[in-house]
Amino acid sequence: MASLNVIEFEKSIAELDENLSKLRRIVMDQKHPQNTADLPDQLANLEQHRTAIIRAWFSNLTAWDQVLLARHEKRPYTLDYIGHMFTGFQELHGDRLYGDDGAIVAGFAKLDDMPIAIVGHQKGRDIKQRQHRNFGYARPEGYRKAGRIMKLAAKFGVPIVTLIDTPGAAADVSADERGISEAIARNMFDMATLPTPIVSVVIGEGGSGGALGIAVADRVLMLEHSVYSVIAPEGCAAILWRDPEKKADAAKALNLTATRAKELGVVDGVIAEPLGGAHRDWEAAAGSLKEALIENLAQLKDLTGDELVERRYQRFRAIGQFTEIEPIHLNGHASGDAA
Amino acid sequence: MASNGWFGRRSQFTQARASHGAAAIPDGVATKCVKCGEIIFTSDFEKNLKVCTHCGFHHKLSADERIRYTVDEDSFAPLHENLRSVDPLRFPDYQSKLDKGIAATGMHDGIRVGVASVHGVSVVLAVADFSFMAASMGSVAGEKIVRALEEGAARRAPVVIFTASGGARMQEGLLSLMQMAKTSAAAARLAAANIPYVVVMTDATMAGVLASYASLGDITLAEPGALIGFAGARVSAQASTQKAPEGYQTAEWQLLHGQIDQIVARKDLPDTLGSLLQMLGFSPEPTLDDLASEALTEADEEIAAIG
Ligand SMILES: [Zn+2]
Repeated sequence: MASLNVIEFEKSIAELDENLSKLRRIVMDQKHPQNTADLPDQLANLEQHRTAIIRAWFSNLTAWDQVLLARHEKRPYTLDYIGHMFTGFQELHGDRLYGDDGAIVAGFAKLDDMPIAIVGHQKGRDIKQRQHRNFGYARPEGYRKAGRIMKLAAKFGVPIVTLIDTPGAAADVSADERGISEAIARNMFDMATLPTPIVSVVIGEGGSGGALGIAVADRVLMLEHSVYSVIAPEGCAAILWRDPEKKADAAKALNLTATRAKELGVVDGVIAEPLGGAHRDWEAAAGSLKEALIENLAQLKDLTGDELVERRYQRFRAIGQFTEIEPIHLNGHASGDAA
Repeated sequence: MASNGWFGRRSQFTQARASHGAAAIPDGVATKCVKCGEIIFTSDFEKNLKVCTHCGFHHKLSADERIRYTVDEDSFAPLHENLRSVDPLRFPDYQSKLDKGIAATGMHDGIRVGVASVHGVSVVLAVADFSFMAASMGSVAGEKIVRALEEGAARRAPVVIFTASGGARMQEGLLSLMQMAKTSAAAARLAAANIPYVVVMTDATMAGVLASYASLGDITLAEPGALIGFAGARVSAQASTQKAPEGYQTAEWQLLHGQIDQIVARKDLPDTLGSLLQMLGFSPEPTLDDLASEALTEADEEIAAIG
């Protein structure tokens, strides 16, 4: 079992589920009451056992398992969460400069009765959609659209929610031509001073600068099985060990899980997912996410714009670990390390 | 302190550490250009500010060389020299890479920060040294850039940053990534204080550094031929359907695509920086000579008035 990754594990669970549902049908049919008197008990036993196996597995995931879960193709995407959590979504398109990027969606909607500006990366589910969404690799016009909508929200005091789910920003020649680096940098620069509450949640892949370009927020949260990383594990392995297949080692070394991100002070909270991952129960996952958004927005609503901006600055200002060694003084006494 | 100009400083060159860019031929008499392969006398190469006398390629500089080639003589005073990287993730081989970087540069990390004057204009300066782990941005580099930007706001002095970096430092994981947000936020604060921020992109300015503080200058200059791009060649080629165009990710290509204000030859940088800062309203500090001659003039006038 230890040699399986979580996707392979899911396959064996799916096989078990198939057998269990066959068994369930037999129990319901009750065609052989003599031979199968103890079947309902056995079934209940097996179902309990199944839950225990999943729980055990999910309490012991490797970093690479977390990467696979974060990329799971059945995982809810931004528009799925918007559909489950918000009402009256009005999508707004285009950056007014070049085009409209399908890899980032933006607009306004209501969270219960509260108007919210929403910005999120969007992946596709079939080939056509995936191409339209550029596999979630957001382009310069996506970041500029996001920036435009966030500034609009700030102008009218509307809180902002951003949902992060990208393998990284677009890295092709055309992205460079249109200033992908500037587009990401400018969003971080602008988000740092928007006088309205911002909550960002990593819902799937938090792929380096492409993620951070819409994630400079008052509260940064992660779903339990999302990942947030400075570089994709494959890329890290290729650079460090010239071997992309060492991706699992790289995933471990990069400390990209929600738990570690919280311990490092990079994120403020981790939102629990349904047992077995958000993809097993979209409704429940969206419910937990919505609850977290409401809670965090409530904590921010009484702060003034200036207070928000100052606290947001100090929040990011404090991230980093280093020592500061005092210079050797002329009297010959050197002072020690001060963290 | 007023500059006595570029030619005045030229005599100040000492034998620089030959650890940068061009490979030194063993006896140090000749140097091979990393771009065109031409063998150049090291003395000519250094007199030419490590710009190839044959093809004009601007080789990478150490932080000290950069400072010496740029600011008014003896005007640089370092700040925050004591910041040192730790190994927060216990990342494989990180400590040995840090040790190598320290040995190669004599610096604790890849950024040197300080105050200086350029053509007499007081500035806060930050300079990257690519030979320290490709000047990648971890906690220390991010913190030093932020302190430089904050120092500029506090002193009301323009901030000039010479960028070079392979990007965010993988070995500090998310802590490195967050330096992108931290430095960008500090640049926003400097902008809100109406203090100029000038970026000079040097070879190579890439990835997480290009996608944060390097792209946020009020004015963006670049050295000729500098490699400037979001993704490395391998990643970009994988992501692209088109072939990389001629000169892709060079300073000249970025100029063509609107990302850079001006490409400036190394020898012209002090003049260009001084001129731009003065046009933004930052005048040279008066020198002792200036103050003395001003006092003399006033005394003369008073004597004339009495007389
Ligand atoms: Zn040459």
